Amino acid sequence: MNKHSRLHLPHPPARPGEAPDFSYVQLSPAGAVARPDVNARARDIEPLSINLVRVLDDAGNAVGPWHPHLDPAELQIGLRHMLLTRAFDDRMQRNQRAGKISFYIRSLGEEAVSVAQCMALRPGDMLFPSYRNQGLQIARGIALVDLMCQLLSNTRDMCKGRQLPVMYHSKAGNIFSISGNLATQFPQAVGWAMAAAIKGEDHLAASWIGEGSSAEADFHHALLFASVYQAPVILNVVNNQWAISTFQGYAGGEQRSFAARGPGYGIAGIRVDGNDFLAVYAVTQWAAERARTGAGPTLIELVTYRAAAHSTSDDPARYRAKNDQEHWPLGDPILRLKQHLIRLGEWSEPRHEALTAELEALVASSWKQAASFGTMTEGPRLNADLMFEDVFKEMPENLQRQRALMRAEVARSGGDRSEGT
Amino acid sequence: MANMNMIQALNSAMDIMLKRDPSVVLMGEDIGYFGGVFRATEGLQRKYGEHRVIDSPIAEGGIVAAAIGMGANGLRPVAEIQFADYIYPGFDQIASELARIRYRSAGEFFAPVTIRTPCGGGIRGGQTHSQSPEGIFTHVSGLKVVMPSNPYDAKGLLITSIEDDDPVIFFEPKRLYNGPFDGDPNKPAVPWSSHPKGEVDEGYYKVPLGKADIVRAGADVTIITYGTMVFVAAAAAAALNFDAEIIDLRSLVPLDVDTICSSVRKTGRCVVAHEATRFSGFGAEILSIVQEECFWDLEAPIQRVTGWDTPYPHAFEWEYFPGQARVTTALKTVMEAT
Ligand SMILES: Cc1ncc(C[n+]2csc(CCOP(=O)(O)OP(=O)(O)O)c2C)c(N)n1
Ligand SMILES: [Mg+2]
Repeated sequence: MNKHSRLHLPHPPARPGEAPDFSYVQLSPAGAVARPDVNARARDIEPLSINLVRVLDDAGNAVGPWHPHLDPAELQIGLRHMLLTRAFDDRMQRNQRAGKISFYIRSLGEEAVSVAQCMALRPGDMLFPSYRNQGLQIARGIALVDLMCQLLSNTRDMCKGRQLPVMYHSKAGNIFSISGNLATQFPQAVGWAMAAAIKGEDHLAASWIGEGSSAEADFHHALLFASVYQAPVILNVVNNQWAISTFQGYAGGEQRSFAARGPGYGIAGIRVDGNDFLAVYAVTQWAAERARTGAGPTLIELVTYRAAAHSTSDDPARYRAKNDQEHWPLGDPILRLKQHLIRLGEWSEPRHEALTAELEALVASSWKQAASFGTMTEGPRLNADLMFEDVFKEMPENLQRQRALMRAEVARSGGDRSEGT
Repeated sequence: MANMNMIQALNSAMDIMLKRDPSVVLMGEDIGYFGGVFRATEGLQRKYGEHRVIDSPIAEGGIVAAAIGMGANGLRPVAEIQFADYIYPGFDQIASELARIRYRSAGEFFAPVTIRTPCGGGIRGGQTHSQSPEGIFTHVSGLKVVMPSNPYDAKGLLITSIEDDDPVIFFEPKRLYNGPFDGDPNKPAVPWSSHPKGEVDEGYYKVPLGKADIVRAGADVTIITYGTMVFVAAAAAAALNFDAEIIDLRSLVPLDVDTICSSVRKTGRCVVAHEATRFSGFGAEILSIVQEECFWDLEAPIQRVTGWDTPYPHAFEWEYFPGQARVTTALKTVMEAT
């Protein structure tokens, strides 16, 4: 017995040089978790926030009450979106390494989260993504060229050169502008959903946050407002176990699941296998129906693994066990859906290879097209005047003056605005 | 003496303070096992343990608030905010609490917290990794605000800040972490090992707050600046062959008004330069003071060199950054005025 108080300091199960150990992850067998009625009251379904909804078993069969019974053609579309997301990530990672873009963030291993969730929602539903939800953009049908032009900050960049790579938005696609400041958009999604309800629309809003970012006060504002007003919103915590170098225990994941924050606020919380396309789809569909029928908000915890580095500025070999993603008990989302489709007789290795090659070619040709609108070193470049626009709706006089000074400055330095390093 | 870059100098300051004073604790996102995203706390958790070098949740408001609680209860916390751009969730705790505890408790409670945070642009970080928000904090009564421009000062100022019983917001111009930068991105990077201020005493020493450094003495014009702009301004003045007196403020609160004013009285001409946006920026405060104290000594209107009044745009890094060209224009304007 301790004679004085002491602090608990969370430790990840394995650091570099140690064997990966995921025994801390609480699993439920596929098919084991009951599926409550969509208008069940939050307080009556608390076990959903502790257990893990899974549909795909280890052999690739879809089992249990959460089986969404999707048409094989739908599943093939899901597989395609996930494969495209991965091919896109691969290529953009290499482009960053080659100095063609300044920064990149991959979603390797988490593709089912964005793709299945987007497919379970309607095009009119508003999405508030994090920087690791490129699958949402792809599944919503945003052109790869548009995404790439943003990464290049080139003449077709939707952000007009103002944002760091991956901070996309799509007004037409109902995808909100991504913020580099963590967690800020979680409560904004609730406000959007409140407006939809006030205006009598049946659109819902959905937002995504990393488990690490759920430590921010904004996460709690979102849950509280969602609970008080029972707003039609789906709040998603993507628990990929890591926040840069910091293990999920530092966001409070050791004592209680992230999904359990939901019941704490009086809203439904549900924990799902984030690498199981079918389970993610089913849970999102359930939450969407709740929102649309006035049964209120849902907090979904998607249990997954950040299989790659945090970003191109990060090296996980410094803080976690090598190749630990290979030991992740929930496998890889693409391989699992592929296995299921093969099991259904709706897919094959040759088709998989052919599709992979087709998508890689699509990414390559899109890149070529995007680069024709300018890169960091070559081709046309955005007019720097744009820097002064959209600070306000109308450009005030002081900014007009500063714009003139900037033009003169550039002209004096020979108009050469290129950058060596 | 040893060659250190700014990161190593900061690390050395924290190392020394952890060793000298058992009440010093470090706290922040990714600072413990990992040693911080810029490696400023590398090795310190291994050396001093997890109770002294504490990884925190991603919650800047929580970090500042917990540091206040620890500070009020006898510790001397040094909190790291990963980027100055992410300090705002902690702003209420800083402006309403940290800055005023001593005042509202009639001096009976205080929290000797130092908040370290990397600031500034020039690293292609876009609008969320490039900000210079020092002026927001200098406007809050009760906060000290520091920004070093080189390894030697960084170490001495950080030790002084940690030992200070008042709260200090300690801004680290991240473009200077690895070497001085004169504003020209096309030149090869220069390491601190080639600069005299990269020579750092390995032991304990202090650089006082409220004491500006005259980086270069001169007779023609006074350039008042701090952070990255110290080197940009010096390079611009040198290229013009003006005999400029360059003042590195080092600490904005407290401010070394004497050094500023005696220089302006001598030169009669003054340029103020900072990376932060212009409108209501810290430069405006310096201008006011110079005008109040030195009006009859001035031979020309004071010029300001600043970032534009927009967010920091990713694609226009060098059109935004107040480089040598902007300093040159200002210097010529004050020198040519009659
Ligand atoms: C307010 C704020 N604080 C800190 C950061 C720096 N930062 C960027 S990503 C990140 C980790 C986020 O981890 P998590 O929420 O788990 O998301 P993941 O990266 O795993 O998808 C941190 C600390 C930031 N962008 N914004
Ligand atoms: Mg995470």
